[in-house]
Amino acid sequence: MERPALTMAGIRKSFPGVVALDGVDLTLQAGEVHVLLGENGAGKSTLMKILAGAYRRDGGEILMQGRPVDIAGPRDARALGIRVIHQELSLVPSLSVAENIFLGAAPSRFGVIDWASLRTRAARLLSDLGVAIDPDAPVNRLALPQRQMVEIAKALADQQSASVLVMDEPTSALTSREVDVLFGLIERLAKRGVAIVYITHRLDEVYRIGHRVTVLRDGRNVSTAMLGDTSVSGLVSMMANRDLADHYPKQPAPIGNELLRAEGLGRAGVLEDISFSIRAGEIVGMAGLMGAGRTDVARAITGADRVDRGRLFVRGRAVSFRAPADAIREGIGLLPEDRKAHGLVALLNVARNIALPQSRKVAGPAGIVPRRAEAALAAPVIRDLRIKATPDQQTRQLSGGNQQKVVLGKWVAGDARIFVFDEPTRGVDIGAKVEIYQLMNRLTAAGAGILMISSELPELLGMSDRILVMHRGRIQAEFTAAAATQERVLSAALGLAGPVLSESPARTARANRVEG
Amino acid sequence: MKARRFGTLIGLVVLCLVLWALTPFFLTVSNLLNIAEQTSINAIVAAGMTFVILSGGIDLSVGSIVALSGVVLGLSLHAGYSPLVALPVMIAAGVLAGATNGLLIDRGRLPPFIVTLGMMSIARGAALLITEGRPISGFEESFRALATARVGFVPAPVLIMATVYLVAHFVLTRTTFGRYVYAIGGNEDAARLSGVRIHLHKPAIYAVSGLTSALAAMILTARLNSAQPIAGTMYELDAIAATVIGGTSLMGGEGTLAGTLIGALIMGVLRNGLNLLGVSSFLQQIVIGGVIVGAVLVDTVLKRPRT
Repeated sequence: MERPALTMAGIRKSFPGVVALDGVDLTLQAGEVHVLLGENGAGKSTLMKILAGAYRRDGGEILMQGRPVDIAGPRDARALGIRVIHQELSLVPSLSVAENIFLGAAPSRFGVIDWASLRTRAARLLSDLGVAIDPDAPVNRLALPQRQMVEIAKALADQQSASVLVMDEPTSALTSREVDVLFGLIERLAKRGVAIVYITHRLDEVYRIGHRVTVLRDGRNVSTAMLGDTSVSGLVSMMANRDLADHYPKQPAPIGNELLRAEGLGRAGVLEDISFSIRAGEIVGMAGLMGAGRTDVARAITGADRVDRGRLFVRGRAVSFRAPADAIREGIGLLPEDRKAHGLVALLNVARNIALPQSRKVAGPAGIVPRRAEAALAAPVIRDLRIKATPDQQTRQLSGGNQQKVVLGKWVAGDARIFVFDEPTRGVDIGAKVEIYQLMNRLTAAGAGILMISSELPELLGMSDRILVMHRGRIQAEFTAAAATQERVLSAALGLAGPVLSESPARTARANRVEG
Repeated sequence: MKARRFGTLIGLVVLCLVLWALTPFFLTVSNLLNIAEQTSINAIVAAGMTFVILSGGIDLSVGSIVALSGVVLGLSLHAGYSPLVALPVMIAAGVLAGATNGLLIDRGRLPPFIVTLGMMSIARGAALLITEGRPISGFEESFRALATARVGFVPAPVLIMATVYLVAHFVLTRTTFGRYVYAIGGNEDAARLSGVRIHLHKPAIYAVSGLTSALAAMILTARLNSAQPIAGTMYELDAIAATVIGGTSLMGGEGTLAGTLIGALIMGVLRNGLNLLGVSSFLQQIVIGGVIVGAVLVDTVLKRPRT
């Protein structure tokens, strides 16, 4: 076998409180399409960011054609012929295709751009790639897949040829015909000897385009294999985390009346036919890949986004939310996915953040806030949730776990009975995680209902009474806690056929129809 | 934040001491009252500006709203209405113009800079249109007392300024509306998801700025004994300068009214002192510009994370 185009050996990377990569290996041969698979958070993106020079590795070796190389920044990666095409495109919309392709590297004489040469070189490159795009067209007139082609052309435009091309979920926004065009291009590039890393969540594509596959899980290698030797179910079980040694302190609470029911909620292009209920004492888990619409469900039932279709009931009464304030009045609290962007007012102190949703109540009818009233409201919350802060401390000074507890505290301090937790334990340390689980137990024991969205399957399986699985804006499947396994939930999240296990026959019929 | 406010106050005291050393006329009761009176109009406009900037916005239309509400007042008085009718009418005009800003910014999702830039031109044009470009002059003594009367030895405009600041400070620090101003400026998305009704409070914030502009127009009209459609030109820049010198962040969410008052006083003291020293008005502009940039520079350096 000839020398591999790229070898990454024993790559390690940690962030404060998290080990993202723990000795990962990846070997690429020239001319192969190598699929990189793994759940959200398995370490795929971190590994590729190290390759692209966006992160510095903590340990391990990178070799190209057998020679050790040091990638200290994006420039080094480019100089070595490593190109990464990100999900978010990096084109300037108002400039032409040709200008974008040669952005920052336009052919010029004495600083004056040689337009004729720019155009002919762009045209030659595009026709080489087999795509029919006018080099003079402004990028903002192109459809998304065409932009993607321009992005690829840009990646290949330099003098030194690309030897490694990384594509991160390139088909997530494409139709099947556009996918065909892209795959044709990938095959031509591979035939020329480019080593391609292909990251995707669509397992059906893996077999069409890939030669070999590497599966990551929790920052470690699970396996590298020829795709011809593996089955879809084999891949799924490799991705699923078997390590259930983690102990989740789930304490089942008596299940009471229905608190919230959604019937056929829909929003064009985002959500379709979302129906489910949450009962008192229940934790309903929600699984799904990034972009499956989980956060959109959370926002729809908390008044953050409007819906086009469907009805919402709180304790059996039809409600309609025009703003989050309406949902809060019905006792619904949202812990948003991105606490910095949506959860906290970082400039305000802990007490004022906790009191913010309760301002009216703290203030009384005249709207005047008595001195220290907010601190008095916040003090028991700070004690109960063991937030390591004083009421007067600015929230931006707190650690991630304490900030998350402050956002939780906003709703615990009020009369919320229905809690929507979007990734409640993301970016918090293990101690704070356990405290958040215990808080969820206390809330359900007191008769509250919780919708818990999470990308961590063990957490969902460990804490939920039922699990809903979303796939492309729909609820693909529903499992009882007893019936849920990592493989089943993951299969449904990936859009593969999976059994729907639910007490409700109507629910089963609807979900089956979705699959058919 | 406390160190920063302290810093502005020290700046004001140092400035006063320097001017006292340079000219004996500076530190006299009559001159200090004179400064307070001169500062009152800018300080009142800056109080409303502080609400807007704290909420993460900007209001460029305050000077034009001063002119528009001023001529509405002048026309009402000349039409024979008593000040008890004319004053509420002109205040309503200012509040309405401000609320329109807020509604367009909120409902139209337009940048505050653009909307208030438009209102700056619209309100100015309206003031010129309804007066045909002519000043409206000559009012009764009872009305002019708003600028000329003294309570004890304190001029009425200074009392009005003090009242505006006391009320505004109470609203900003002790009411839910005040909390929401800071929350919206600090993180509008988080505020909305916490149940703050942005659609209600954003127009209200700009209405406050319209209200203070109208109050400033009231003093100005009484002082000049004339309502002029070209009044209030460049007031927006003075008000923004006072707010920023006072330590309010243009990004929103951080700042105090006490700081703004000190900022307005620094500008007033500086102008008065430079006048007493006989510094040319051209040079004064350069000095004041330097103070604005210098104050923000100090602020930025103090807030820079020490890592």
